[in-house]
Amino acid sequence: MSLPLLSDHAAYSRREIKEAQVHLTPMAITLEEVRHVAKLARLDLDEGEIVYFQSELNALIGHFSDIQKVDVAGIVPTSHAVAMQNVWAEDIAEEGLPRVTALRNAALHRAGLFVVPQIIED
Amino acid sequence: MLTGLSAFEIAAKVRAKEVSCVEVAQAFIDRVGELDGQYGAFLRLAPETTLEQAAAVQERVERGEAGPLAGVPIALKDNISTLGIETTCASKILEGYVPPFNATVVEQILAADGVVLGKTNLDEFAMGASTETSAYQLTKNPWDVTRSPGGSSGGSAAAVAAELAPVALGSDTGGSIRQPASLCGIVGFKPTYGRTSRYGLIAFGSSLDQIGPLARNVEDAALLASVTSGKDPRDGTSLPNPPIDISALKTRSLRGMKIAVPDEMFGDATSPEVQAVIEAAMKTLEQEGVLFTRVSIPSIKLGVTTYYIIAPAEASSNLGRFDGIRYGLRAEGKGHIDLVEKTRSAGFGKEVKTRIMIGTYALSAGYYDAYYVRAQQVRAIMQHEFAQVYQDYDFVLSPTSPITAFKIGELNQDPLALKLLDYCTIPANMGGMPGISINAGFAGGLPVGLQLLAAPLEDESVLQAAYAMEKALPGASGRPPMP
Repeated sequence: MSLPLLSDHAAYSRREIKEAQVHLTPMAITLEEVRHVAKLARLDLDEGEIVYFQSELNALIGHFSDIQKVDVAGIVPTSHAVAMQNVWAEDIAEEGLPRVTALRNAALHRAGLFVVPQIIED
Repeated sequence: MLTGLSAFEIAAKVRAKEVSCVEVAQAFIDRVGELDGQYGAFLRLAPETTLEQAAAVQERVERGEAGPLAGVPIALKDNISTLGIETTCASKILEGYVPPFNATVVEQILAADGVVLGKTNLDEFAMGASTETSAYQLTKNPWDVTRSPGGSSGGSAAAVAAELAPVALGSDTGGSIRQPASLCGIVGFKPTYGRTSRYGLIAFGSSLDQIGPLARNVEDAALLASVTSGKDPRDGTSLPNPPIDISALKTRSLRGMKIAVPDEMFGDATSPEVQAVIEAAMKTLEQEGVLFTRVSIPSIKLGVTTYYIIAPAEASSNLGRFDGIRYGLRAEGKGHIDLVEKTRSAGFGKEVKTRIMIGTYALSAGYYDAYYVRAQQVRAIMQHEFAQVYQDYDFVLSPTSPITAFKIGELNQDPLALKLLDYCTIPANMGGMPGISINAGFAGGLPVGLQLLAAPLEDESVLQAAYAMEKALPGASGRPPMP
């Protein structure tokens, strides 16, 4: 099995990368897929990390194969721990956070507003 | 020594005016200052706030109005929002974040005249089982400081075990209260999902997360659970049931109690020394009249996979809110998306990124049905299998963790090693069941926890049973070697 070249990435020790390589079989997720998932997750990963996460994800996904064998025909998926119907709240106006309090944790704010980078071109 | 007292004893002494709230608070602040260098349980104290709150409680004591937690200092896992006290989730992305509100549990504690002592260390965003993924520090197990306290509520567990706090709150998504309680030789209780408000708990896996107490005995855990439960209109998933009622805590007999023991929680994956301690405890309980029956709950074997799809899927969505704009770290970037990506990449540690990646993958087009939907179907199967068992049995008993406390660094290199150890604790989260870990004995000088699970809403019963078992296993309690 040929492994992709590792770039020297200071964040992860050589040992970790080496150990991670052991889990690379079977190569279920490609580097391209890892880049795509990182984009969806809004993570800016360098090549070393892409390789690292490929092996990490493959190790986990490899383990996930056990549920593929389960017969789930007719089973309604549940997203709840305890069965619950719709929960309604009275529509009553309440005080929100004062603006000055809401802005206090922002790294940048101006004139009572959060500052974001320019989104619309001039 | 004041700091060795239970929460009940402290509240009683405070109400009897044998000691003042301020003296109690100061004693714990001093002990943490003296000893926590060895343990790393706390990320920060807030002594001014603590002493202010203590002084206010003392005024109510003088008027004879003190509540059930009168003057009891409480350590809070640092994913529980505290008004005016920095709350980081042990992540760099929230460094410096000071919540503008209290979590509901904090308000409940203050209303019961408890006092906030400080914020404890955890795995970053509660993702881990050793407290090693904290971006700030390692926490050591008071029984052996070369070993992990478990996690993710490792700081809360170590603090309570080392008598740096009488009680603490943690959060449990796949075992994060019960497993560290087990590894540190204390009691850890996860209530039924929805029994305790999640408002102000910084979310990890919203359908699994539940706040609960860590204490040195069942009575203290029950006291804190009773105070921090009940319907909260600010958490849509909180149940309409009244707070956990502990008035009948000491009334239950072990005689005739029917307990199922699943084959899937013993055997190969459980270390022989843990199994031996649990079996010895079961023998004692049997002599007290408990009726044990071996059962099979096949879906337990699928719990780890199901969990490591559902929890990261929910986490990848929950952690989307950390974008550098409204709070927390903000990195420089060329344009909005670049700023968000650079912020998240700089702020999240590698375990958190791994889980965001797994969750995003499991939810992405083409894989959603194969992973996420299927995991939710297996979750339904697991709930059904447990419901069947609870038709015939009062409780399910197992080890909490298949191994005792492991060496720091021993299990954090392999992406699977630690995760595979969660199989006894995960079902409670999948099925919303209450679960408690109490100490069952020792193996090689390290504590071994016994887990008791019950059907959803049987919080009172499981606490009563745990209380009776604690009394029946007097040799199981102990104090770690410390000043």
